[in-house]
Amino acid sequence: MKTIQKLLLGLGAGLLLIGCGNNSKSDSGAMASSNAEKVYVAPGEHDEFYAFLSGGYSGNLTVYGLPSGRMFKEIPVFSQFPTNGYGYSEESKAMLNTSFGFVPWGDSHHPDISQTNGKLDGRWVFINENNTPRIARISLETFETEEIIEIPNSAGNHASSYVTENTEYVVAGTRFAVPNPQKDMPIDEMKGEFKGPLTFIKVDQEHGHMEIDFQINMPGFNYDLSHPGRDKSHGWFFFTSYNTEEAHSMQEVNASQNDKDFIAAVNWMKIKEYVENGGGTEVAGTYAHNIYDESTMMATTEMKEGVTSVDPREVPGAVYYMPVPKSPHGIDVNPTGEYIIGNGKLSTQLSVYSFAKMQEAIKNKDFDGDAYGIPILKYESVLEGVVDSGGLGPLHTEFDGKGFGYTSFFISSEVVKWKVGTWEVVDRQPSFYSVGHLTIPGGNSREPFGKYMFSMNKITKDRYLPTGPELEHSAQLYDISGDKMELLLDFPTHGEPHYAAAIPADLIKSKSKKYYDLEDNNHKYAAKSESATRVERKGNEVHVYATTVRSHFSPDNIEGVKVGDKVYFHITNLEQDFDVPHGFAMIGANTSEILIMPGQTKTIIWEPKREGVWPFYCTDFCSALHQEMQGYVRVSAKNSDTKLRWSLDDEWKE
Amino acid sequence: MKTASITMIIGSAFLLGLFVFPLWSITLEAPQYPSGIGMYINLDGLEGHEKHDIQNIDGLNHYIGMRKLPKQDEMWEFSVFPKVIGGMAILGILIGLLGLFKKVSYKWFLGWLVLMTVLGVMGIFDFNAWMTDYGTNLDPKAIMKMTDEDGNPLSYKPPLFGSRDILNFTAHSYPAIGAVLMGIGMFLTFIAYIIGLKKAN
Repeated sequence: MKTIQKLLLGLGAGLLLIGCGNNSKSDSGAMASSNAEKVYVAPGEHDEFYAFLSGGYSGNLTVYGLPSGRMFKEIPVFSQFPTNGYGYSEESKAMLNTSFGFVPWGDSHHPDISQTNGKLDGRWVFINENNTPRIARISLETFETEEIIEIPNSAGNHASSYVTENTEYVVAGTRFAVPNPQKDMPIDEMKGEFKGPLTFIKVDQEHGHMEIDFQINMPGFNYDLSHPGRDKSHGWFFFTSYNTEEAHSMQEVNASQNDKDFIAAVNWMKIKEYVENGGGTEVAGTYAHNIYDESTMMATTEMKEGVTSVDPREVPGAVYYMPVPKSPHGIDVNPTGEYIIGNGKLSTQLSVYSFAKMQEAIKNKDFDGDAYGIPILKYESVLEGVVDSGGLGPLHTEFDGKGFGYTSFFISSEVVKWKVGTWEVVDRQPSFYSVGHLTIPGGNSREPFGKYMFSMNKITKDRYLPTGPELEHSAQLYDISGDKMELLLDFPTHGEPHYAAAIPADLIKSKSKKYYDLEDNNHKYAAKSESATRVERKGNEVHVYATTVRSHFSPDNIEGVKVGDKVYFHITNLEQDFDVPHGFAMIGANTSEILIMPGQTKTIIWEPKREGVWPFYCTDFCSALHQEMQGYVRVSAKNSDTKLRWSLDDEWKE
Repeated sequence: MKTASITMIIGSAFLLGLFVFPLWSITLEAPQYPSGIGMYINLDGLEGHEKHDIQNIDGLNHYIGMRKLPKQDEMWEFSVFPKVIGGMAILGILIGLLGLFKKVSYKWFLGWLVLMTVLGVMGIFDFNAWMTDYGTNLDPKAIMKMTDEDGNPLSYKPPLFGSRDILNFTAHSYPAIGAVLMGIGMFLTFIAYIIGLKKAN
């Protein structure tokens, strides 16, 4: 009997244990569901933040919502975009002009949102192109690229496009030192001969128009990333450099020999004054400046010649080097502007420099020699502290505005949270996998919004359903509102986001344009009503002034086009309502479609090659009669005498 | 008589609100129009709730063969209504002033109100007749020809007052501020009459 009791007791205890097990399981379930709730934005609801992720080798900029991780739009910037005709349409082709001619592709890297008093103001987002050095400006009203300026005398514009705290300047750097001016010379004689110009581009506060103010002709190290001073360090700009060895081959090894490389500290305020007072020399440098005019809906290129070059040694007190552990990547400044963080890519440490100590060292001429005449500040004199995390490969740091820094570690694949001032590590979370940059909304400004942080990871591997060898990159969203970071969400990105800028949605969403007012359309080839539609021949050029409205083109029948003609379809979308674009595509056109927003005019060229009757149609499902939104062009032989005429609903005109 | 006359003046002056505020508002709601699309009926013409709403309502209506909404010079009402309302307001104020100087009796107040009511009812009839014509006199080449259960062409007439489902839209038709002010004004002229009546007794 007793044994049976014992057995039953034992069974009871077992059941209890099982019960406990179940309980703890449901706990973790509840935890997971609360994470789901944190990123759940109910259907029809809006996200709290906009995030603008660079597209890397897509050349574009993608727009995401946080915390949902949903992608809203891909904004074409440096690459042709057949989806809407950017870089194909007659209006937008000029955006991709450079001093090398039309370049259809770019490598976009570091978006940065315009600021006023060091705070995000939501006027524009800037983004740099690394390959053919350029900087673009994107309107946050239309979410379209409005301007692209090329950077002459530079190569590898990577340390860009960060803005000063009142958007006085946006900067460009040189990651691949080159002869300046360019010349035919032996590669292995680069040492001392190559240069790394840093370019300061003035921003017009009303329209955002960019203008190269000056280039600092720095020694030929590889300037990698940069960050402006904030608040008390406003007026300074900091650039990391690697390859201070000035290796020209097998840089993987040869540029990794020096134990320390340099951070260049640039007092741009001083150089600005120097240039204003006539300092610097005019040097050669051809560059394209492309501006899209929203009124004429036309992009134009102005080829410019010459820049003001400044020899940093000729402006006393303007440029210093600070030693930094081995091949640094990111350089970041905390919101108060006091601490400058060097992320030693091939080391375990972050070096924290004090702006006050830097000023003191400059005053005391506390130098450790010079590099090509630029004084090197003594490491020990400017160093405030070291974040020794035990992680490997720190790349980039942002701040939450609550006294903490967050650093990405590529090699050890993690994000590390540390305390500003004590430099102690307070938390670390793995990233999946190998994080590059990370972003906190406003995290590089004076006023971060420290609720979320997301990492942009370089390696995806098994995070999603496999899609063959080529994978999109992955991002991870962390809740940083508590003491410990909490991983909330994985979301795939497009291209290779190198960096992102994020901003509270409330700062921009009400300004977002719904459509273009037809009254303000000053396009040279616009037809603002169906009565204005027509077809004109000028030699072998045929200009079709057409309109779209749900659900027809006007005209929709055209005759008298001949083989060998160059047909310009100038399509004006007469709609005046939110989200009613029409598309236009022509069979056999060697271009792309065009997507025309309400009130907009866009032009695409078609060069008919064969006789016949050829259809065109609307590519955007615009209405219930979208399928019927089509038309025909009759193409006759080159020497035929078919009359040029056009019609809508059999009302022929000529 | 002084209070009655002043009330009469104020009441008639309320009609002038129609020169500033719309008379009626018709709103269309559908899933694709989360913030609605609609128009105000002003004394002297139609006006979209948003800048391009009239054009967009026309765009929708063309599928079912409705004519374009009338421009200011395409309906005699838009030139006559302002004159009638302006005239009645001036007349009412005049009667009120004459009452103040004891030249006319309070009964004139009631007379004005009766005339105004008759004109108002005529206006509503006219408005309804126009909407019936607009909603039923359709283009024979209409893209979509809808019929009711009995096979008769569907009427797209918006309700005179209240809400009604029309295909994928729900139409709401209600008085706007101008009409509300007019109603208050007319009620005040009635009060003026009552005060006058009580004083006289």
